[in-house]
Amino acid sequence: MRLPPWLLSDRAGLVLLAVLAIIGIGVPVLNLLVPPDNPLHLTAYTVTLIGKYLCYALLAVAVDLVWGYMGILSLGHAAFFALGGYCFGMYLMRQIGTRGVYGDPVLPDFMVFLNWKALPWYWNGFDMFWFAALMVLVVPGLLAFVFGWFAFRARVSGVYLSIITQALTYALMLAFFRNEMGFGGNNGLTDFKDALGFPLHADGTRIVLFVLSALALAGGYVACRWLVSTRMGRVLVAIRDSEDRARFLGYRVERVKALVFTFSAMLAGVAGALYVPQVGIINPGEFAPLNSIEAVIWVAVGGRGTLVGAVVGAVLVNYAKTWLTGALPEVWLFALGGLFVMVTLLLPYGLIGLLRRREAAT
Amino acid sequence: MSELISELDAAGMHPPVGPVDVTHGILLYLEDVSVSFDGFKAIDRLSLYIGDGELRCIIGPNGAGKTTMMDIITGKTRPDTGRVYFGQTIDLLKLDEPAIARIGIGRKFQRPTVIEPLTVLENLELAMSGARRMRGLMTTRLSSEERDRIATVLNRIGLTEQGGRLAGILAHGQKQWLEIGMLLMQEPRLLLVDEPVAGMTPAEMDRTAELLRSLAGSHSVVVVEHDMGFVRSIADRVTVLHQGRVLAEGRLDELQEDPTVIEVYLGAGDAYH
Repeated sequence: MRLPPWLLSDRAGLVLLAVLAIIGIGVPVLNLLVPPDNPLHLTAYTVTLIGKYLCYALLAVAVDLVWGYMGILSLGHAAFFALGGYCFGMYLMRQIGTRGVYGDPVLPDFMVFLNWKALPWYWNGFDMFWFAALMVLVVPGLLAFVFGWFAFRARVSGVYLSIITQALTYALMLAFFRNEMGFGGNNGLTDFKDALGFPLHADGTRIVLFVLSALALAGGYVACRWLVSTRMGRVLVAIRDSEDRARFLGYRVERVKALVFTFSAMLAGVAGALYVPQVGIINPGEFAPLNSIEAVIWVAVGGRGTLVGAVVGAVLVNYAKTWLTGALPEVWLFALGGLFVMVTLLLPYGLIGLLRRREAAT
Repeated sequence: MSELISELDAAGMHPPVGPVDVTHGILLYLEDVSVSFDGFKAIDRLSLYIGDGELRCIIGPNGAGKTTMMDIITGKTRPDTGRVYFGQTIDLLKLDEPAIARIGIGRKFQRPTVIEPLTVLENLELAMSGARRMRGLMTTRLSSEERDRIATVLNRIGLTEQGGRLAGILAHGQKQWLEIGMLLMQEPRLLLVDEPVAGMTPAEMDRTAELLRSLAGSHSVVVVEHDMGFVRSIADRVTVLHQGRVLAEGRLDELQEDPTVIEVYLGAGDAYH
């Protein structure tokens, strides 16, 4: 098999794909084949933790595509992540069936608790895997398209656009907190049992979800790398650096923006859908404005407009978060803020920029 | 996704107009155009005609309405009243900026606006007409015919050696030429060029004059410029704008004798060298 030139010339990307292949094979081996008393054994907890990082990394790639290449600083991308997560969570809820606390064959527990007699119309179809999987793409994509269509046509850009993306995710959070919305209110969706008949707590299922996350990240990365290496990629950079120039060259800037924004939202949706079965819960907290801002910080730390940097940043910052929230929980937000300030001042091109500079110097 | 793309394609990737009709020898008509911003009349009943293949210079003191006029022609600003036609049949006031660009009106900004992180070649490729359709954008390759077109333009703007360099590291004058080259890749009928020689060395100015003169004939070229020496070196006909209207029109040497023109420029000090 020969790699296309656009991928062959992307050295950092090839390293990333190789690393993903190694952990995609290595982690299952260390978890399933190495006996638990061996020091090399990876616990299910660690597997799930790495799987979570991979989902975050895919979200970061989605953010980098719109921010790094097209100049749209979205402070609401976690909303698309959460919507993808809710779509898949709805499927998992319907799979519980009579195993819920109230044993209702159709209604999830929280609906029985609210005294609802029938399933709301928008829960129909989510008992089918294919439908839920489709909605994971459609719901975030549609929201992004409608939002983008109006915002970009009105030529809202820069900090104003960032503010309304932030408002969007905040509004969704408030809406999903309401019990009447039918998404479980502040408890969200949880107590999942199985997906496609496979129990979620089984090691084998966790490994499959982990491998799927690695594949989704690799696929999302390759798709974005391809997009930015086509002529479309040059148009994105032109829109980022001089929107007027792009418009007077004859490009329909608002359409390009809406399309790429939609694609990015779909990637975020996939990341959310893979995240939910691994952590076992989705609640309105995922829409919190801070989550979207964190995603932007991952990209800034790794290096904006590089795609690989987004992955590196997401994994490193989340590793730091896991460690710090365990060791010194009250320090985490200060550390995050400090990190963002430091990166903005000292590393405008992130870690990847630092590596490139090192390389150029030697 | 691909359905969506083709629908978007159909919905507006082609401007809803036919070829440019220049049977009367006029490419661009502005008639009785007025626009005001917060009560200030930037353009006041302006009428202007640009012939097919003509090279026209527009001069005038600051605030005369030169840039606003370009904004109106390219669809950035909507006039309050008046008619703007491209040829006999195309009403420019019904089109938006990308549509106007696609029917063959290219605009060079005052500040050189090239995409700095892209190479010279990529900038030209970006501007290439025909590359703007969605499906055409989803490729990483250039056809040999497209390569030829880019090579021709590179040669014409004198940047053949610089093709692989980043646009951001070009000299100021080279950026200006690259931007003109980008307009040429659009295959325009009309080029609107805003202050092309600002900040150029005399040698660069000479080359720019040569380039613009070579474009006239096959293109109509409208140049807004402050530098009278440069205007003298390129234009047959010059239009003087003042307070949003045409004050005078004719050969530069005639205009320099015109008492009303002299009066307008008295406050402008040494505008005439």
